[in-house]
Amino acid sequence: MGSVKFIQGNEACAEGALYAGCRFFGGYPITPSSEIAEILARRLPGVGGRFVQMEDEIASIAATIGASLAGTKAMTATSGPGFSLMQENIGFACLTEIPIVIVNVMRGGPSTGMPTAPGQGDVMQARWGTHGDHPAISLAPMSVREFFEETVRAFNLSERFRTPVTVLTEEIVGHTRERLALPEPGDLELIERVKPTVPPADYRPYDTGFGDVPPMANFGDGYRFHVTGLVHAEDGFPTNEPSVIAAKERRIHDKLGKARDEIDRVDEYLLDDAEVAMVAICSTARAARRAAREAREQGIKAGVFRPVTLWPFPDRQVAALAERVNKIVVAEMNLGQIVHEVRRAVSGKVEVESLTQADGEPIAPGTLCEAFREAAR
Amino acid sequence: MSFDYERYLRLEHLPHLWCPGCSHGVVTKALLRAIDKQGLDQDKVVVVSGIGCASRLPGYVDFCTLHTTHGRALPFATGIKLARPELHVIVVSGDGDALAIGGNHFIHACRRNIDLTLVIFNNSIYGMTGGQYSPTTPHGAISSTTPFGNPDSAFDAVELAKAAGATYVARTTAHHVRQMDKLISDGIGHAGFAVIETLGICYTNYGRRNRKRYRSNQDMLRELKERTVTATKAETMSAEELDRRWVVGLLHREERPVYTECCEERTGGARQPPEK
Repeated sequence: MGSVKFIQGNEACAEGALYAGCRFFGGYPITPSSEIAEILARRLPGVGGRFVQMEDEIASIAATIGASLAGTKAMTATSGPGFSLMQENIGFACLTEIPIVIVNVMRGGPSTGMPTAPGQGDVMQARWGTHGDHPAISLAPMSVREFFEETVRAFNLSERFRTPVTVLTEEIVGHTRERLALPEPGDLELIERVKPTVPPADYRPYDTGFGDVPPMANFGDGYRFHVTGLVHAEDGFPTNEPSVIAAKERRIHDKLGKARDEIDRVDEYLLDDAEVAMVAICSTARAARRAAREAREQGIKAGVFRPVTLWPFPDRQVAALAERVNKIVVAEMNLGQIVHEVRRAVSGKVEVESLTQADGEPIAPGTLCEAFREAAR
Repeated sequence: MSFDYERYLRLEHLPHLWCPGCSHGVVTKALLRAIDKQGLDQDKVVVVSGIGCASRLPGYVDFCTLHTTHGRALPFATGIKLARPELHVIVVSGDGDALAIGGNHFIHACRRNIDLTLVIFNNSIYGMTGGQYSPTTPHGAISSTTPFGNPDSAFDAVELAKAAGATYVARTTAHHVRQMDKLISDGIGHAGFAVIETLGICYTNYGRRNRKRYRSNQDMLRELKERTVTATKAETMSAEELDRRWVVGLLHREERPVYTECCEERTGGARQPPEK
């Protein structure tokens, strides 16, 4: 075990990025994520990395993608308004298959909303924010320790699958201080993108001969290749050939769909004998855990199901949950987003109740305990 | 001996998509000659673009090439340069790409003095989308979205670059090919942010709609020749005489610390985090 720290979630995220080998951060100040930028501005030079504060969030993610293409593990961090600005280039990274990590420490409300208050209103944006059909991975940590671990996992998944990965959490997790025992180097597995082994003349940047995730060369390493946001063939150049277009679009989805065992992560709490299950993410899941304990003291068999990998959504696991419980309550700090996914996955097998709160306040355990009681009635 | 363009072209991806009478090919060839003159290692050259006609250039040239989103070539290039400072990063961008949707990135790249070379292909119009007016379309000109004449005033990319802090600023035209070679080559050689505005022509989507002025692309080229004055000559001319004239040549050059070196200096040779 490494050193033990008492730090906030945003600090843990920065530590996780450094642990994962992040050596570039391009960002723009925004509450409640700014500490991540501030810490990496201080720390990156010490490990041979580079920090840059760009002129806006569009430039931040563009620089992050550029740095990754030059061979560096790269990250940006933001909150709702900045996440909105980043959407077009997230799609660019999806289609061009360039690994990056985007951290979104969610605030409440649309527009400027509530900069210093928590919310979970970006759940659907994390999946569907950029235009066109595209794959998405989002990880939703609930604690300081998990913010560290999920940031490391975000880098691993982005490198493994050549795709952008979003770490989606909220202000409470970002600013809560907790004890964190930093892992020693080697304690956690780190994944690096697969590099080409073919001679430069034979290199094709989207060569499916190596599987669904083609090896990726760095700019400047002797491989001269083309990268474009136009739909392209395996050689990287734009194409109008329908069969080639279809294959590309399918593959960037299939590369995740076929590897769900590597991507999925769910957390079950007191669910073994549960009759009522609550589905929640981030800080709401922690409140739900306490509510479940209190409900059990009152004789209600309550449990909590938490998608840690929020996207792709754990359909299979939620469908299995519906086989075991009598009722599901989805609690979220928005006006109802996760509930649609749960209802889709459950497919009418059990009743799914929606509990929403979008007022800038965390959902209190008492509210959730009452919801357990209602559901058990 | 004639210049060996084939060495730098992806012949299998030609012919290009530019219209007959377009000047983008002139600038492309000048860019290749400039890269060759600088003796750059082909594997260490990165050409980055945004969206538009000019932004299709990277697909035709045999370097590491990146065709990004509209207006964002400079921040993508900034990330590449910061991650790998030893690479020669050249950005090609149209007038709309560089000065409208990418205008904010343009002034901030100037301010940072990051060691990139920006070649602006200014043909005063959005050509790819069918001839809508851009920030460099002259006041009064007809375009597909200014059917009654352009009510806007045009940007002067050179003055904008100078004011924002670019340390190498030049302008040339598709008529001044030898000057273009030298200005792009020197821009690549310059340590710091270099802007070379190349004035070009789009007959298909600009000239054609302003037939009273231009009966052919040759009229447009002739205008590039007749309305330009050299920087030296311009110094002897009054503001009135310079009205509706384009001053060409090297228009500004200064030595100022380069961004990547500033980062190194600030964070210390030892690259240790500062004491808390």
